Amino acid sequence: MNPVKGIRAIGAWAIGFIFGLGAFARLLGLVLLRSGAALRRPGLVSQQVHFIGNYSLIIIAVSGLFVGFVLGLQGYYTLNRYGSEEALGLLVALSLTRELGPVVTALLFAGRAGTSLTAEIGLMKAGEQLAAMEVMAVDPVRRVLVPRFWGGVIAMPILAAVFSMVGIIGGWVVGVLLIGIDAGAFWSQMQSGVDIFKDVANGVVKSLIFGIAVTLIALYEGWNARPTPEGVAKATTRTVVSGALVVLGLDFLLTALMFSN
Amino acid sequence: MTREKTDFWVGLFVLLGIVALVFLALRAGNLSSFSFSRSYQVQAYFDNLGGLKVRAPVKSSGVVVGRVSGIQFDNQVYQAVVTLDINENYEFPDDSSASILTSGLLGEQYIGLTPGGDDKMLEQGARIQYTQSAVVLEELISKFLYSSADKEGTAKEGSAAPAPSH
Repeated sequence: MNPVKGIRAIGAWAIGFIFGLGAFARLLGLVLLRSGAALRRPGLVSQQVHFIGNYSLIIIAVSGLFVGFVLGLQGYYTLNRYGSEEALGLLVALSLTRELGPVVTALLFAGRAGTSLTAEIGLMKAGEQLAAMEVMAVDPVRRVLVPRFWGGVIAMPILAAVFSMVGIIGGWVVGVLLIGIDAGAFWSQMQSGVDIFKDVANGVVKSLIFGIAVTLIALYEGWNARPTPEGVAKATTRTVVSGALVVLGLDFLLTALMFSN
Repeated sequence: MTREKTDFWVGLFVLLGIVALVFLALRAGNLSSFSFSRSYQVQAYFDNLGGLKVRAPVKSSGVVVGRVSGIQFDNQVYQAVVTLDINENYEFPDDSSASILTSGLLGEQYIGLTPGGDDKMLEQGARIQYTQSAVVLEELISKFLYSSADKEGTAKEGSAAPAPSH
């Protein structure tokens, strides 16, 4: 009875998927509902911003710089054919603020910060620290999840803005210093083409939404990891894979919503 | 790490984020040309806008004096209606003319205001009488092609012995 087995597998997968979505939404509700009490202790949140944000700064800044370099070189190659090299600044700034800044930062963020969140919470669970907290009447959602969630949500837009800024500087280094495009034209084309609300603000909104999604996925995977070394390893892998897929899928939806007329 | 130290580094991190946003807004974006000063609206009717867009600059003698705030189509006269937001610091005579110009050969389009000689000034809600439509490159090329074809035709008819030009 092969076809029956196949249909059964599809059914099991669909039920599992919907069950996962429900558990994910429940975790989001739980974290948001219990945020109030934890936010009265800003020390916990600032500790997490430090852990998630400050330590990710180097990788974000270096990646941004190199993405800016490459954008400058590749953009120049194309623009040169149409004799409009001065538009390089506009090209670099628009692609960074609208797309690459939020998306690449979110992907790096999932790899750099998301994995460590998942592994930390998974190991806390494996070591029965979460259960011990509950025995001591400390709510682990309030004490562990909420500060990490808000730490990630605060750090992500800042990291994306830093990424875009460093990337534009990288594009300037390649375009103006190495290739020799006129600096005035580089900046003025950029300023006349980049809209503060349409491009910059929408990029910030994007990065905020990616921050919520990636942080929550990392927390969810850690929270629901099987409390074994193998389970934590699998959960960490799933954080990166589903984090990256969700970011790219959300990016398509947000771009279609924000930038289509 | 102590609480004070953490707070210090987080503070630096947040400040860096603010610096990055300000950089994006001022250096990369157009916030520096964003003015909160008061302005008055003037309307102008054009036959053809070309590629004029909302928020395009309004310039007089090359200086930005305002921005295009709205573009509509008037179904009564079959013309495009452009609403110009002109900065209150600048006043123009009632018989000023507006024309759609292009910066550079293929650059963005803007509205150029040429002041007239009237004593009365343009006021809120006034209409600019004299307008000149955008120059559409395709029309220009087709005009040029037709006129040169015409010339060739008349030259061939007029001359008795058509000599090759080279």
